[in-house]
Amino acid sequence: MKFVDEYRDGDVAQLLARLIRQEAKPDRNYRLMEFCGGHTHAIFRFGIVDLMPDNVRFIHGPGCPVCVLPAGRIEAAIKLVEENDVILCTYADLMRVPAGKRDSLQKAKARGGDIRMVYSATDALAIAQANREKQVVFFAIGFETTTPPTAAVLKIANAMQLTNFSVFCNHVETPPAMMHILSAGEAKIDGILGPSHVSTIIGSQAYADCCDKYRVPLVIAGFEPLDVIQSVLMLVRQINAGEASVENQYTRAVSKGGNKKAQSLMAEVFEQRPLFEWRGLGVLPESAVQIRSEFADFDAEKRFGMQAIATADIKGCICPAVLRGMNNPDECKLFGTACTPEDPKGACMVSSEGACAAYYSYGRYRAAESKA
Amino acid sequence: MSKLDIKNGLIEMGHGSGGRASATLIEEIFVRHFDNELLNQGNDQALFSIPAGRMVISTDGHVITPLFFPGGDIGSLSIHGTVNDVAMSGATPLYLSASFILEEGFPLADLERIVISMAKASIDAGVPVVTGDTKVVERGKGDGVFITTTGVGIVPDGINISGDLAKPGDAIIVSGSIGDHGIAILSSREGLQFGTTIESDSAALHTLVAEMIAIAPAIRCLRDPTRGGLATTLNELARQSNVGISIQETSIPIKAEVKGACELLGLDPLYIANEGKLVCIVPAEDAGQLLAAMHKHPLGQNAAIIGNVCEDAQQMVVMKTAFGGSRVVDWLAGEQLPRIC
Repeated sequence: MKFVDEYRDGDVAQLLARLIRQEAKPDRNYRLMEFCGGHTHAIFRFGIVDLMPDNVRFIHGPGCPVCVLPAGRIEAAIKLVEENDVILCTYADLMRVPAGKRDSLQKAKARGGDIRMVYSATDALAIAQANREKQVVFFAIGFETTTPPTAAVLKIANAMQLTNFSVFCNHVETPPAMMHILSAGEAKIDGILGPSHVSTIIGSQAYADCCDKYRVPLVIAGFEPLDVIQSVLMLVRQINAGEASVENQYTRAVSKGGNKKAQSLMAEVFEQRPLFEWRGLGVLPESAVQIRSEFADFDAEKRFGMQAIATADIKGCICPAVLRGMNNPDECKLFGTACTPEDPKGACMVSSEGACAAYYSYGRYRAAESKA
Repeated sequence: MSKLDIKNGLIEMGHGSGGRASATLIEEIFVRHFDNELLNQGNDQALFSIPAGRMVISTDGHVITPLFFPGGDIGSLSIHGTVNDVAMSGATPLYLSASFILEEGFPLADLERIVISMAKASIDAGVPVVTGDTKVVERGKGDGVFITTTGVGIVPDGINISGDLAKPGDAIIVSGSIGDHGIAILSSREGLQFGTTIESDSAALHTLVAEMIAIAPAIRCLRDPTRGGLATTLNELARQSNVGISIQETSIPIKAEVKGACELLGLDPLYIANEGKLVCIVPAEDAGQLLAAMHKHPLGQNAAIIGNVCEDAQQMVVMKTAFGGSRVVDWLAGEQLPRIC
């Protein structure tokens, strides 16, 4: 595949891995947080861990949109669909995420809720156009990558004066979450593999404050395996040199200032939300967006008077600590016993980008290998 | 009896009543197109003699959206699926039965199109549909058409193929490119345009199986990797045989357009459904000769050895990645769902 295979060349990977092994100093640790679930996915899918020396370790961060959405928001969406005659449209991997009381959108769908899986915000808009007699709500989640498309459909819906379409907005922002993790100081992080797709929108410069304030190097890393491994080498070099700056490995897509058109689109439709709860990180100020008053007619929270629902995480589940980079998934008492991909108790076990789901497969293999 | 208006008519509750309307439907659509001696007798069952050997029976329900897709439809699929399930025991499939659950309001023209496709698939496979049943459910209680087919076949003497017979050291062969069917369905179901039409691989594999058995009668396991794809099939076989499985990513045949569609949607081709492929586990010493024979059959042209069976009490399927690392190819939990970004 053109533009894919080039970034999956095993020989180049071996070469880069050799350089990492040469340059990583044996007497120190390199704890690298991959902020995005996309990186977690790539690391496990391509077996990148196997290519790393023992002292270069990956710490999984909070950058999986489904993992950081608190259960209460999903419960609120379930309540919305069950108490109102609405069609709820959502991205697929949200379907299985546990809400409170062992519930999920998938279970609500089985109970009769009209919940539909869509590939894009535009699909949800098309469903609204085709079902004028029903209210259609798009359950919008994701970081800055998916926020502009939501803004675009809100603008279109506004221009069309669609009266049966609204958005349940759960878009969150990356830099505040990163700042929070670094300021908490709970996780020992020597370097960060920075978000790639998010950075195409907001630009690499958006993380400069994180690096300056907390003296941690950050490399914007693409999601292809060669991107990840090259970014690791760049981080090892920065760490060895005692530097802490933003470097951009993903130059083919990310610029310093990002995509101005997308940024202005987001600014036109969304504004900063004063407070937003993140699963695992708690309530963070100015870390998410909400729909501006000009588009209030399309805000599902206002249209349906949706109330915030507080839901405690399942007892014993350490997803919050995993999302903050404090613990590895296999340190959780529920891991692999009460909590499995078939019956996930925490969000990190649901998504293929979730650290626990990745550890579940890979961890069992590692255990078997070490026994052998 | 009045003639059916196949061009404009719809299925009505009366077509499932067992009365005159049912008889007309059966006569003008099913008997007309399936047309074989046993079915034409008009009994509620088919009576036939069986050759000596062990008998195999398999049944499969077919529920699919959309009913028509690039490379096939629910009709041909319902023949291929059951012929293959019978064939994976090493059997020669002999006869099929078909049960139709039709939804009130379903266009007769679409039904006839499905039955014509089914009849063609059955004639091409040489496995006739000799008995069947039709029921009609009220509008809203079905999804157009559900088809259940049952097949019977005979396993030749000396052939013993089962999912629990894999042994460490055996070779694993896949008969061709994986993921074609699932991506064809997905592309037509979701209205996704990939710039190229990916056709389903739906096909009856029993003639390929017959040639494989002729060359390598010691074949241990055969399975068609349908729902859950290659990954699920390998996990099933590893569990049944209490072995581990090791595969090489670079050896697995996958079409570039399937790979591309999977990349775009965030799906893993190893878990995508197939309807015209098989996985074979065979003693290593027979693998080369078997592969050469498979390459001569139209349905095995792209067959490849993708790995081997190993000892592993944890019954893991592990893949050496093209990138030089390794990863577990685990059971799929629930449905495979596209990622957000």
